[in-house]
Amino acid sequence: MTEWRPALARQRYLLDFTVAAMRRRRARNLGLLVVYGGMVFLLASVLFYTGALKHEAGLLLAEAPEIVVQRMVAGRHDLVPETHAETLRGIRGVRGVQGRLWGYHYDPVVRANYTLLVPPADDIAPGTAVIGPALARARGAGIGDVLSFRGYDGALRAFQIQAVLPQDSGLVSADLFLVAEPDFRALFGVPAGQYTDLALRIPNPREIQTVAEKVLEAAPDSRPILREEMLRTYDAVFDWRSALVLLPLSGALLAFAILAWEKASGLSADERREIGILKAVGWETGDVLAMKLWEGGLLSLLAFLFGTAAAYWHVFGLSAPLLAPVMKGWSVLYPDFRLTPAIDATQLLALFFLTVLPYLAATLVPVWRAAVTDPDEVMR
Amino acid sequence: MNARVELWGVRKAFQEDHPNVFWAVDGIDLALPAGGVTVLAGPSGSGKTTLLTLIGCLARPTEGRVRLDGRDISGLPEPFLAALRRQTFGFVFQRFNLIRGLTVLDNVMLPAYPLGPSHRALTRRATALLVRLGIGHRAGALVESLSGGEAQRTAIARALINDPSVLIADEPTANLDTALSLAFLDIVSDLRAEGRTLLLSSHDPLVREASVVDRVVELRDGRVVADHETRAEPAG
Repeated sequence: MTEWRPALARQRYLLDFTVAAMRRRRARNLGLLVVYGGMVFLLASVLFYTGALKHEAGLLLAEAPEIVVQRMVAGRHDLVPETHAETLRGIRGVRGVQGRLWGYHYDPVVRANYTLLVPPADDIAPGTAVIGPALARARGAGIGDVLSFRGYDGALRAFQIQAVLPQDSGLVSADLFLVAEPDFRALFGVPAGQYTDLALRIPNPREIQTVAEKVLEAAPDSRPILREEMLRTYDAVFDWRSALVLLPLSGALLAFAILAWEKASGLSADERREIGILKAVGWETGDVLAMKLWEGGLLSLLAFLFGTAAAYWHVFGLSAPLLAPVMKGWSVLYPDFRLTPAIDATQLLALFFLTVLPYLAATLVPVWRAAVTDPDEVMR
Repeated sequence: MNARVELWGVRKAFQEDHPNVFWAVDGIDLALPAGGVTVLAGPSGSGKTTLLTLIGCLARPTEGRVRLDGRDISGLPEPFLAALRRQTFGFVFQRFNLIRGLTVLDNVMLPAYPLGPSHRALTRRATALLVRLGIGHRAGALVESLSGGEAQRTAIARALINDPSVLIADEPTANLDTALSLAFLDIVSDLRAEGRTLLLSSHDPLVREASVVDRVVELRDGRVVADHETRAEPAG
């Protein structure tokens, strides 16, 4: 028989004994599993949700222009004239400059802000509009219906809905209202030759920073915003929001930590006696520790698996009903969409180590203390 | 199978660092030859149980030496002591100390787990022991459902599972009626006949005066006050 066989058999015996011991203390272990799993579920839900939102934002911004140029007048955002676009086209490294028209419009009917936008292709016929799914839901509007808004001059302008954007683009398209350029200008009072901002296309990513500097030199009243900055802002916003969820949770986390420590570290008289018996009949300290390692490992692993599986189902299956109100945004028109599963392995690993290892440590220390003492007390 | 145990000036103190230090064993020199049945007798508090824990490597002496077959075992590191407890000494505790929630068979097999034997062989060995001790039919029962006699036999089977040369039993008849005590002495007789060394602590006259006993060592206040042979016929 090879040497590893008895070692393997020994571990199997220890595991069998551990499972039997856990079954004997069923109520205690089930209670611990529920609380522990619940905490992992909440943490993993926030983690999955934040990660997936960032992933979505990243995908969206991948299509975004490398630099967006706004015009600032005395620190206030102002419209950008076409002449700026001409100037920026002359900068080396810039492949294209596109003037964009967009703005927010408050609709008192549903008390929500819409994002009005002229699509780059400008393929929308005047007098018609393409709307986002949440907006359609809020107004109960469908293709062929007419929606009207009061413009900057107080005049009412009506738009016939030509199409509703698909659900899967919901994160940013939820509150979109796409209109033709003349309609946008008429509604917002934007004169011809003026734009909300300019979108710059720069094919070489190494040149982005230099181009941004040249933009400032060429048009000192402009404010270039890099795509990376937007991505960082999204990250910061979602991180901030996840912190907002985690902050009230931290109390619960602390309570759990105390409970876990209490439950795991406080050996009952029964457990202490059992360790004494095992030592008295010839188990080594290492055997007792291995047995308790199996116990803590099994419990924390089960809690981790149940918690993360439930969180996955909650976030990607049910669209996170517990977190959505805080995490998705504070707009009135919530996007209604399913997140694409996007899990960061490092974060998952961090969660694993943050939940499993402290529990194992909390379990092992008192067991070790009990296991290294002489077993003679069981004789009494 | 045989093991010779010797004690040299063995003392054991409790609450050593306190002013009310208590010497439970206070200078014992004793030689237990291999084989035979020795009874440690004496009133409660005379140091019988403490002496058994020192011999059986469940505790270390504060002073003095314990030798097994001429080898000093009192200063051995813990893993070696655990190995001795597992393979040289078998224990039958006064309150049996079976693990509740486990079956009789599982309790009996426990001391063999760290050795990692094949499950089939271990089950066969444990079952054979239980059959031999007359409780084979209770192998699948949970230990909390056992009677006093059955619990004791389970404890004996557990003590014998690794085939130790020395069997130590602390007040083995304290929880048994006369019939069960006599049945226990029959088992002792069989084990003695196999050549094992048996060391019992008891203040039960039934045990002390049993024909199977070779020697009675009387203790009082942690010291040996009398040591007499009671049986002429050889063991085994």
